[in-house]
Amino acid sequence: MLTKLLSGDMPRSPVLTVVLVAILIGLAFAPFLFPGVRSVDTAARICVFIVLVASYDLMLGYGGIVSFAHTMFFGLGAYGVALASTHMGRGFDALLVGAVSGALLAAALAFIIGLFSLRVRAIFFAMITLAVASAVAVLVSQLSGLTGGEDGLSYKIPRELGPAFKFADGEIFGVKMNGKLLKYYLVFGVSLVLFLLMLRIVHSPFGRVLLAIRENDFRAEAIGYRVVHYRVAATCISAAIAALAGSIYAIWLRYVGPDTSLSMEVMIDILLMVVIGGMGTMYGAVVGATIFILAQNYLQNLMGSAASAFEGWPILPDLLNADRWLLWLGVLFILSVYFFPTGIVGRLRGGK
Amino acid sequence: MSDPILALSGVKTNIAQYHILQGVDLSVPRGQVTMLLGRNGVGKTTTLRTIIGHWRAHQGTILFDGEDISRLPTPAIARLGIGFVPEDMGIFADLTVEENMILAAVSGPINSARLDWLFTVFPALKTFWKKDAGTLSGGQKQMLTIARAMIEERRLYLIDEPTKGLAPAIIATMARALRELKDQGASILLVEQNFSVARALGDSANVMDDGRMTWSGDMKELATNAELQERLMGLSLETHQ
Amino acid sequence: MSAAPDHTPTIAQASLSQRLAPYAPVLLVIGLMALGLMAIPSTSSWLTLTVSGLAMGMMIFIMASGLTLVFGLMDVINFGHGAFVSVGAFVGVSFLLLLENMTGAPSLALNLTAMFVAILGAMAATALMGWAFEKVIVKPVYGHHLKQILVTMGGLIVVEQLIIVLWGPEEIYITRPEALKGAVTFFGAAIEKYRLVAVGIGAVVFLAMRWVLRSTKIGLIVRAGVENGEMVQALGYRLRLVFVGVFLAGSALAGLGGVLWGLYQEVITAHMGNQSMILIFIVVIIGGLGSVEGCFIGALLVGLLQNYVAFLEPKLALISNIGLMVAILMWRPMGMIPVVKAK
Repeated sequence: MLTKLLSGDMPRSPVLTVVLVAILIGLAFAPFLFPGVRSVDTAARICVFIVLVASYDLMLGYGGIVSFAHTMFFGLGAYGVALASTHMGRGFDALLVGAVSGALLAAALAFIIGLFSLRVRAIFFAMITLAVASAVAVLVSQLSGLTGGEDGLSYKIPRELGPAFKFADGEIFGVKMNGKLLKYYLVFGVSLVLFLLMLRIVHSPFGRVLLAIRENDFRAEAIGYRVVHYRVAATCISAAIAALAGSIYAIWLRYVGPDTSLSMEVMIDILLMVVIGGMGTMYGAVVGATIFILAQNYLQNLMGSAASAFEGWPILPDLLNADRWLLWLGVLFILSVYFFPTGIVGRLRGGK
Repeated sequence: MSDPILALSGVKTNIAQYHILQGVDLSVPRGQVTMLLGRNGVGKTTTLRTIIGHWRAHQGTILFDGEDISRLPTPAIARLGIGFVPEDMGIFADLTVEENMILAAVSGPINSARLDWLFTVFPALKTFWKKDAGTLSGGQKQMLTIARAMIEERRLYLIDEPTKGLAPAIIATMARALRELKDQGASILLVEQNFSVARALGDSANVMDDGRMTWSGDMKELATNAELQERLMGLSLETHQ
Repeated sequence: MSAAPDHTPTIAQASLSQRLAPYAPVLLVIGLMALGLMAIPSTSSWLTLTVSGLAMGMMIFIMASGLTLVFGLMDVINFGHGAFVSVGAFVGVSFLLLLENMTGAPSLALNLTAMFVAILGAMAATALMGWAFEKVIVKPVYGHHLKQILVTMGGLIVVEQLIIVLWGPEEIYITRPEALKGAVTFFGAAIEKYRLVAVGIGAVVFLAMRWVLRSTKIGLIVRAGVENGEMVQALGYRLRLVFVGVFLAGSALAGLGGVLWGLYQEVITAHMGNQSMILIFIVVIIGGLGSVEGCFIGALLVGLLQNYVAFLEPKLALISNIGLMVAILMWRPMGMIPVVKAK
């Protein structure tokens, strides 16, 4: 049963098993284990980013394609929900329409970009996605009439997902049975389903062809696989799932803006998470996203106190400033690409 | 023969997971034309590419004038005085014939006397001097690539199938050029499938099969012995070509 | 048809379109200017926009040229190239701030000297940085595109953050040297003096680069290396050294571009290099990866189009360049001047 659910991809490492189970339990019972607005918010963010990073890994780790447009797809899903909720009024139908149209649009856009660039050279894709995604980000912030520009959009989501809605009386472990709890489990549930779906995809015949292409695209082409078709298909699936992740993020936040869903910073976060967690492993996305977001939320405080400890030294406080944590992540990122290309998960599994 | 210009012993070269050369022994005497023969795919080109350093020998030694060059980088090997004419000619198509030749003169400006000599050997070069090399015909490109190797005096020439795919008239020009080079006392290691060219130029011959040297000896002996050719290369060179 | 076919050899008379094909990219620039002239109601605004488009194109070319050459020569794609733009801008602007009494004086000679010093300082700094970047970041991942993209991107992040550590997180506003402020009027069109300087510097850089590539032995080695690096080595040239040299020069040019770009925008931020990568990538893709001429023409196209569209419909300026890229890739999938690789 479990094997089937995980598509036969067992963690294959005791430590990794413990870590994954801990993350699963932590996320599944987050509202009860870590009550408090901020920690539940962190848990939801982790759920969303696990899906987002895993969908990126589908492209990078399995397809061998580097994209810088993943936030654009993510943003399409998020803005889809936002725009539908704004124009159709609050309701589950608006959420559904927004999410589906965002995912379809993302897949269509990925299809077009893929057709243009993957046909020629795989590195074209990286360059073109960077250009297109940046242009779209600028466009979104300029079309303020439609998108709210830099300020983004706030909107209402169904009442059933708000704190005012009580579906049962009383409390369990001090947690109120309200719509906010439902909303968390909506995020958690959708994320879990999407993740298991991706696990299924990478272990399907389709996923194995992708791996063969990543290892040696000439040979795969020679055996008779149309490499471009597979790469474009992987890109489209990845884009659609990223958009869905964007949709649930938009539902959770009840807000979209360029900073939360479209910016280059988010793109860099995704890259860091997938590389640190481990490319081409799927579970790497889980570990990478969890560690990264926890670090982002809690480690920055630590750096801040380290900086104040070195007060008066030259440069050091600036280097340790909490805002400079991207610097250290960048260094970590480069080192991991050099020395641990399979990331934490690859290491735990005994490396390749 | 006691002091060869180039001597390979036990050279093994792997490309990816494939063992292409499986212990090649080869001796190239000074001032002679040494033929490297064998069917397609037995490792002749790989042998030349290993000597010039495009592929790395995993085992064995390559002595050039007594110095082991098997660990040297390609540019250093070339600068020791080895001229290389690759199988695919390696013409710079975006550069003019002149620019190709300027590049080939590694140690300085082109020696004009030597260039004049080359013009008499390959008159087409003079005609197309200012043209892009990419616009030349196949035969002209082959002339250019050999002329490029000859523009400076090298201590050893590695030439890979100079007559491949050429029209008979151009093969004759090519053979004449190689003959002139030989008459100057150059040491040449030549891979050649055209047997009449091989017979006309070769002093000694080495036959490869399956990544090893299967026969070494006098070119004349091989040329006159059809049975030996049959046994070494699976076909008689007389009938082939 | 009973008559025997005519056997007079016809030296295939290339049709007009065939003979024009090699010049098509250049004609495209002229065509775009003509299109702009038709679309823009007043000739004087058209002239203003054209000059600023050319200025912008020249600056993008300076920033992008190194990237395209490095790719052509060693098949290395540097996503961190923008870091040199940022560093160049910050170092250059720091020099300009130091030389405030020179830039503030209303003397063209003093102003240009200050700019010259700033540019020299910026180029020296970015060249040095390019050398380190090549050694530390790029060299370990030769021949591996995916890792190259990731690692160079990581390098860009680190450099951006280091800029913030050294110069602080705030954007820095700068004013152009005194004599380069304002505009000159030319056929009724107001043309900013600084843009003329940028066009001049860009043209000089392009011509110098062309001269080096066409008329020096180093240039020959580089051009031959773009086509067939293996053969260049077999002739006895140490391509690796040439590559490091090109990387260094490309980094220095990106630094120069950063100074010019910073003065053009009159504000610099640590992220400006990353932002400039958008246009740089569009330019090298439409030009043909590895082609300097293609890069130059692509940069002019992008600069002109961006300025024309920004005048006609400001919000579409950046998107119009994506459209340009798509159109050109539909016409020539490898870019305007595709580089033949003999591999």
